[in-house]
Amino acid sequence: MGQMIKVGMADLKVCKAPDALTTIGLGSCIGIALYDPSTKISGLAHIMLPDSTAIRNNSNIAKFADTGIQKLYDDMIKAGANKSKLVAKIAGGAKMFEMPGASAAGINVGERNAEASRAKLKELGVRLVAEDCGLNYGRTVELYSETGEYYIKAVGKELKII
Amino acid sequence: MLTLDEVNAKYFDVLKEIGNIGAGNATTAIANMLGLRIDMSVPEVAFLPVEELGSAIGAEDEIIVGIMLGVEADIDGSMMFLMDMQSAHHIVNKLMMRPDDYNEPFDEMDLSAVKEIGNIIAGSYLSALSGLTNLTIVPSVPFVAVDMAAAILSVPAVQFGIFGDNALMINTEFSDDLGIKGHFILMPEEDSYAKILTALGVPI
Repeated sequence: MGQMIKVGMADLKVCKAPDALTTIGLGSCIGIALYDPSTKISGLAHIMLPDSTAIRNNSNIAKFADTGIQKLYDDMIKAGANKSKLVAKIAGGAKMFEMPGASAAGINVGERNAEASRAKLKELGVRLVAEDCGLNYGRTVELYSETGEYYIKAVGKELKII
Repeated sequence: MLTLDEVNAKYFDVLKEIGNIGAGNATTAIANMLGLRIDMSVPEVAFLPVEELGSAIGAEDEIIVGIMLGVEADIDGSMMFLMDMQSAHHIVNKLMMRPDDYNEPFDEMDLSAVKEIGNIIAGSYLSALSGLTNLTIVPSVPFVAVDMAAAILSVPAVQFGIFGDNALMINTEFSDDLGIKGHFILMPEEDSYAKILTALGVPI
């Protein structure tokens, strides 16, 4: 069993088997897992917002779905992952508070984060093989490079593996 | 025009004052509601990068209670009050007149009690803000979530993250025989910062 490497909020990391990646407590954010089964290289990004072009303050590229997924993809290739073998799994994008018609731009951001992530993966030609998005609870995720299994843990719920 | 991070720096002192008056109001309100004598610590204002918000009040995977309300009228935005589980159980047990070691998961009634507490505390901070600025501020009904700290705090992290890199939070400790640690986050929309600061005569 390798090391468990932590990915923070608005952060991304790449690792190789036998190591694993985790990010704790995804709310409206998305954890995007990229995996190449042929080299057992995996990558995890924890993005907060859908679109870097919609925001003036966009210096941290790991904060956004569009730029964060691009960087994760590039880092995977740099680490030796095979472009054509890459697959993706995504989790998160919850709506933590059931506020109706909220004025604040950030409230329905979970759903928009998920849509933006799917769109970016499609643009890069990475197949999205599984996802666990939406609803109203937080998720902790773990991505194992040995198997490509993506563990999803939530409070009071059974472990889910996608 | 100032960036939100620069505005936030000026806004820091304002929040400190809101923290002082608001927590004072809240202390009185909770003391009256529970019929207890409650003291409060001097509130602290934390100014921190949004990426660190998830671990700002404890471990990222610690289960906490978050109560969120929208605010409207002269300023728009939202606000959040956060408590650790121990504080939440303590205060709900007091309200429900249960022994203090009662530790079962919250049922619907308990969650209503939590919302009511959030309402009172949030109202206390809002009336402090309203009193200082002479602005009319109306809160919406409260919404509650019991979940991992990082997941709940991702909501304000996103709000602050839209405009800047830093978040502001007021930390207060209320104490009776045990203690209630509470954290208050005000999330104005971008234009509302200007209104608050202008109303206080702070140049922006």
